[in-house]
Amino acid sequence: MTFGSPWHSALNPAGPQAAHIARLTWILFWTTTAVFVIVLAFLGWALMRGIRRRRASAPPSSEIALTRSVAAGVVLTVFIIIGLLVSSIWTDHLLTSVHASNAISVAVTGHQWWWEVEYEDSTPSQRVRTANEIHIPVGRPVVLKFTSTDVIHSFWAPSLHGKRDLIPGYVTTDWIQADRAGIYRGQCAEFCGKQHAHMAFSVVAEDEARFERWLDAQRALATPPSTEAERKGQEIFLTRTCSACHTVLGTAAHGQVGPDLTHVAARGTIGGGSLTTTHQDLVSWIENSQATKPGNQMPPHSLSPEDLDAVVAYLQNLR
Amino acid sequence: MNDVRIEGDQYNDALRLKRTWADPTGVVGWFRHIDHKSIGRRYLLTAFIFFLLAGMLAALMRIQLARPDNTFLGPDLYNQIFTMHGTTMMFLFAVPVMQALGVYFVPLMVGARSIAFPRLVAFSYWMFLFGGIFLFVAFFLNAGPDVGWFSYPPLAEQLYAPTKRADIWAQLITFTEVAALAIAVAIITTAFKLRTPGMSLSRMPVFVWAQVVTSFMVIFAMPAIMVASTALILDRLVTTHFFDVEHGGDAPLWQHLFWFFAHPEVYIIFIPGTGLVSTIVSVSSRRPVFGYLAIVVSLAATAFMGFSLWVHHMFATGLPHLGEGFFTAASMMIAIPTGTQVFCWIATMWSGRLKITVPMLWVLGFFFIFIIGGMTGVMVGAVPFDLQAHDTFFVVAHFHYVLIGGAVFPLFAGLYHWMPKITGRMLSERLGTASFWLFFIGFNLTFFPMHILGFEGMPRRVYTYPAETGWGTLNLIASGGAVFLTFGVIVFLIDAIRSLRVGVAAGDNPWEAGTLEWATSSPPPPCNFVDPVTVASGEPLWEDPADRPIVVGLRNDVRDVLVTYVTDASPDHRIEFPEPSVWPLLTAIATSAFFIDSIFTPWAVVYFALPLFVAMTGWFWPKHPGETGTRVWPFRSRMLPKPNEPLPAGAVR
Repeated sequence: MTFGSPWHSALNPAGPQAAHIARLTWILFWTTTAVFVIVLAFLGWALMRGIRRRRASAPPSSEIALTRSVAAGVVLTVFIIIGLLVSSIWTDHLLTSVHASNAISVAVTGHQWWWEVEYEDSTPSQRVRTANEIHIPVGRPVVLKFTSTDVIHSFWAPSLHGKRDLIPGYVTTDWIQADRAGIYRGQCAEFCGKQHAHMAFSVVAEDEARFERWLDAQRALATPPSTEAERKGQEIFLTRTCSACHTVLGTAAHGQVGPDLTHVAARGTIGGGSLTTTHQDLVSWIENSQATKPGNQMPPHSLSPEDLDAVVAYLQNLR
Repeated sequence: MNDVRIEGDQYNDALRLKRTWADPTGVVGWFRHIDHKSIGRRYLLTAFIFFLLAGMLAALMRIQLARPDNTFLGPDLYNQIFTMHGTTMMFLFAVPVMQALGVYFVPLMVGARSIAFPRLVAFSYWMFLFGGIFLFVAFFLNAGPDVGWFSYPPLAEQLYAPTKRADIWAQLITFTEVAALAIAVAIITTAFKLRTPGMSLSRMPVFVWAQVVTSFMVIFAMPAIMVASTALILDRLVTTHFFDVEHGGDAPLWQHLFWFFAHPEVYIIFIPGTGLVSTIVSVSSRRPVFGYLAIVVSLAATAFMGFSLWVHHMFATGLPHLGEGFFTAASMMIAIPTGTQVFCWIATMWSGRLKITVPMLWVLGFFFIFIIGGMTGVMVGAVPFDLQAHDTFFVVAHFHYVLIGGAVFPLFAGLYHWMPKITGRMLSERLGTASFWLFFIGFNLTFFPMHILGFEGMPRRVYTYPAETGWGTLNLIASGGAVFLTFGVIVFLIDAIRSLRVGVAAGDNPWEAGTLEWATSSPPPPCNFVDPVTVASGEPLWEDPADRPIVVGLRNDVRDVLVTYVTDASPDHRIEFPEPSVWPLLTAIATSAFFIDSIFTPWAVVYFALPLFVAMTGWFWPKHPGETGTRVWPFRSRMLPKPNEPLPAGAVR
């Protein structure tokens, strides 16, 4: 049985882990529902009998039968608990068993309030850094290595798996796998400060070929500006404060505070999922991101409308 | 009972006795009260006011979340509000309100003239009050804590929480720790040493057992949070590095310490609730609760197990799997003692002569809601399931089912059951029923949809959510339910106020209950019992009055209290209890100033030592001989008559 949004629902699994957990969820749900109904039925019976006995001023009844019934109820509870315990531990075992030599490895670092994503590779130039969007190939396990540079965050894409915390000073690992193509939404699940609500990400599961194409494109340096507006935009980007915080590979911008923007236009969203990469949204974000996401680290920028357009034109060219 | 009075016998003059035990009157006198009933009433009322305040904060959150991308509250205010709501409900309502019932009723239920350490109990109240005021003043000055009621570092560290907000949270915890520990000590001592003769441990009412078990949990759980919150303040104030990762500190250490306290905290809240349920089920069924021993053992077992569950709040941190398996087993096992209690209550009703009163209605609501909460509790105990449910609205739904079901419903049941004893007037059956149904329906409308929201990916503690997530409808239903919930509380308040003004006089024992709090007038006199009765069973008022000899040999011109042995409650010795005093208040003021200032400067520890020393010296200053009249004991024998022995001449029957 599945229902719920295909985008982000623990009950509509798109990968093996979420499927294992969903199966356990239904076992737990039906067992506990049955127990609930039975207990309430007994409660209803006891109510009716007790009220009838009051009306009839009935004498006390035998305690022995009652003791046996209660004892039977307790014993039954013990057996149900043991059953649920076994299914829980078995599911846990399934979740941690990954048999794949072809797994890809992705490091995810939490920041207030965005996700830094780095595809690992033994050749440094083949590594890819991006933000808030994780592309994965369908059917291939992905090992995730989590850490945080500031406070504790928690990585959670309900259609794929449960949570894993990102704890400063620790590296925690987990793995995910998508069995069908799609975009799966996720969000930080550990309260991490003012903009905890705007710390979303998406996992884009696509077939192997598309994924490889995407990865190659991400490895490339930034597209050089081609139009007049883009050139002007790049100049503003490099001379104003932008490059102090952001990196655009292939230019002098090497800031490490904010997300890497080398291929920002290839992503769907900015600001931890608060806005999209459309012209209008980019303008509003650069002008005053504090209006959309109060408390985030990017200050407002007073640029003339023309300069703003130029910067946005430059950014939208960074595919 | 007082049908025969022996004229002119000054030692049995009820009036004299009442005068001896009465608290001082007047404005100044009000600050010197130490009568456990007076303190208990204040505690109850204050905790209830915090309940209303925290409820208002919850209403604000429900308005904000009613629709997507709402801008009613910004993130800064929302984070303060949800932190305040959780902190207030846990520390200033749920724990204190249950302890308040204990302060008021434990001495009455064990037939004692007073609670043990009455001045300490008064001190506890002042600390609780000042702590609560401190928190809310800070909130209204825009310095309300905003890092969650769990205050995880590094988010709560100086670097990420540079204002005083996190300190205010940590120091509020200190206030409530002190207050709760003081009550715990008083309740354990009262239940163990001040029981009336004949009330062996096996005859002690289940509610008193629940209070004793809870008090032991307070004593074992509070030190963990005391260490943790002190370490956090030290990190923030004098830059120690307990939780500071960059300097070798450890962030998860806080979580272990915090949850080692905060998981038992849940049981501290709901064990008294189960005690209330046992009490009311038994009275309504007109029989002693079925399986008394099983219930008491279950309470103790729950308390023990409650200390081995804390890691189930940390399943997502990536702990070793063997450890996780252990904590899953422990979490699920808690269902066994709790289930045992539920079965015993059902058996009590089944074999009793049941009358559905308003308190019983709230108890039935408890069954429905608490069992759902227990079931989801078993679910979140399973590690894989918890990885999905953790920190989502599923958990919000779960613990509201447990805490409102397990504590607030029994509390309302308890208020309808015991308010007649406290005020001497009955509450309205009609308004009580209306209040129940509004609250019950509103509760389920508000919190049931949250289970589904959790599955659909909505995390907790988000101040808003985008429309495209599809969470709007369920959130709107939840917010609509909160309206019913609010009206349920309003109807209760109307009922309470109405009852105080025009309520029907309750009489000594309106429910025909069997326990000792009903063996005295409503409200009870300052001395609780003019003639303390001895008991020969768990429900002495259901026995033949001839089997209830009274206690004699206690002076009525000083606060004479009978101390008995722990197990069989046979008389041990008498002790003279302290007089009303303003020193507990002054000590609380000095302690509060010390606590509050120490979030600004470590030197507070040094210079507030002096006023504290002065206040405590005043408190413990020995009495002059003769200050309270003669010190010579006028009776020949200090021993009391055994139950069923003929009374000495002059005793009042």
